[in-house]
Amino acid sequence: MGFTLLYLALVILFPLSTLFWKSAALGPSGFWQAVSAPRVVASYKLTFGASLVAAAINGVFGLIVTWVLVRYRFPGRRLMDALVDFPFALPTAVAGITLTTLYAPNGWLGAPLERLGIKVAFTPLGITLALTFIGLPFVVRTLQPVLEGLDPEVEEAAFSLGASRLQTIARVVMPALVPAWITGIALAFARALGEYGSVVFIAGNMPMKTEITPLLIVTKLEQYDYAGATAIAAVTLLASFVMLLSINRLQAWSARLGSAE
Amino acid sequence: MSTRATREPAGVRLTLIATALAFLGLFLVVPLVSVFAQALEKGWAAYLDALREPMALSALKLTLLTAAIAVPLNLVFGVAAAWAIAKFDFPGKNALVTLIDLPFGVSPVISGMVFILLFGRQGLLGPWAEAHGLKLVFSVPGLVLATLFVTFPFVARELIPLMQSAGTEEEEAARVLGASGFQIFRRVTLPSIKWGLLYGVILCNARAMGEFGAVSVVSGHIRGKTNTLPLHVEILYNEYNFQAAFAVASLLAFLALVTLVAKSAVEWRAAAERTAHAEDPRVD
Repeated sequence: MGFTLLYLALVILFPLSTLFWKSAALGPSGFWQAVSAPRVVASYKLTFGASLVAAAINGVFGLIVTWVLVRYRFPGRRLMDALVDFPFALPTAVAGITLTTLYAPNGWLGAPLERLGIKVAFTPLGITLALTFIGLPFVVRTLQPVLEGLDPEVEEAAFSLGASRLQTIARVVMPALVPAWITGIALAFARALGEYGSVVFIAGNMPMKTEITPLLIVTKLEQYDYAGATAIAAVTLLASFVMLLSINRLQAWSARLGSAE
Repeated sequence: MSTRATREPAGVRLTLIATALAFLGLFLVVPLVSVFAQALEKGWAAYLDALREPMALSALKLTLLTAAIAVPLNLVFGVAAAWAIAKFDFPGKNALVTLIDLPFGVSPVISGMVFILLFGRQGLLGPWAEAHGLKLVFSVPGLVLATLFVTFPFVARELIPLMQSAGTEEEEAARVLGASGFQIFRRVTLPSIKWGLLYGVILCNARAMGEFGAVSVVSGHIRGKTNTLPLHVEILYNEYNFQAAFAVASLLAFLALVTLVAKSAVEWRAAAERTAHAEDPRVD
């Protein structure tokens, strides 16, 4: 008990509190200037937008992948199931250089896309792609247990009452999945907001254009602008807190729905 | 019941399977294959040379050292925290659970940054550390601290739900029968959490060895001194030494594959044990 609290305080709370101590040193107007400079705002927009699109892509394909993994039997299913966690297990720096090499103008996938006039590496599209990669397991792993726990009898009942398969899925299956689905999307989004390793290589890192917020923090740190870095970090941290709280709420909702059945 | 009730038409099924496989293939299989293909682009000799190079070896050693410190510490903490949360009631318990999850919600960059703010030259404890001859940023202890921070939740998170659902009855029974605290832990608690524990350790280790963002911020990139494998990959890549970068990266990708296999094996064993329990009423 005491050990837990002490360890928690030393390793987590104490380090995090310095963030606020340091950004308080800027004063309100200095803080506002640091967090609302055009370059910083451009990075928020890019990070937020790319994370949102990536989370949406994972929402759609994650749902399909989960459905297929849980409901259908086909060769290679177990392998695919195990591979879904690959983005969790692969160090982000490796993911970063791999995706960049693949989608660079001379890469395996980048070259054919380039001929079609689509540039991926060093553009916001590349950033979105990297964020989709690292967010992929969240939707699948959150949805999977819920879909597995769904009683097929309910679907059979709907069918015998005259519902078509599509109606059954839309009116019976989906409502049970929605809380977990949204939770998964929110988790992928939250992860994408703070992601660094897998994005820095493919991003191109041009200020105002392809510079994500975590990179901007690192750049400021490397220039010894600790106060500026801290202020931006405080904003990011606040966004993470909001996400964390909403996700907790979503999970509580999901649990309530599960127990109501 | 007819299968029509719970199955889609064959055409829909095939389309969905094809879509899922195409998505997973494009996002998971192609990158995985390409790591090894790029690493071996110039043949096995060049591949082995990149791994035998002194800087790569020292990065490998540092990565192993970091994991060897961070994993056991967070293992002990994880068990203690899960124990405290599952077996005792106290005010602020929910807040504690949220706090444990915190490093997952924080950008790795910020996780690294807080240690610079704390122990750096202008940091809160910087002057104190310097006066005591401690160098905690741009140094190995800094790397270990940052790794400790980011890998902190893995074990605790796996164990809390397990221990909560197991309840306290069995431990209480053991106590009544005269078992000591350690005996209770080893003979009653540990068997019920062992797979979760192993699972948490596997994930914790993978993250400890692969962490990039947090470690990159505190390391200061001193070659041969504060370079872990992921940082070494970055340096090689930024020097346009792509083949060597991918050779080292392939080690980490291999580690990721081992992690996946170990994880699946643990899941499989745990599930097998659960069904054995459920089928055989004598067990328990």
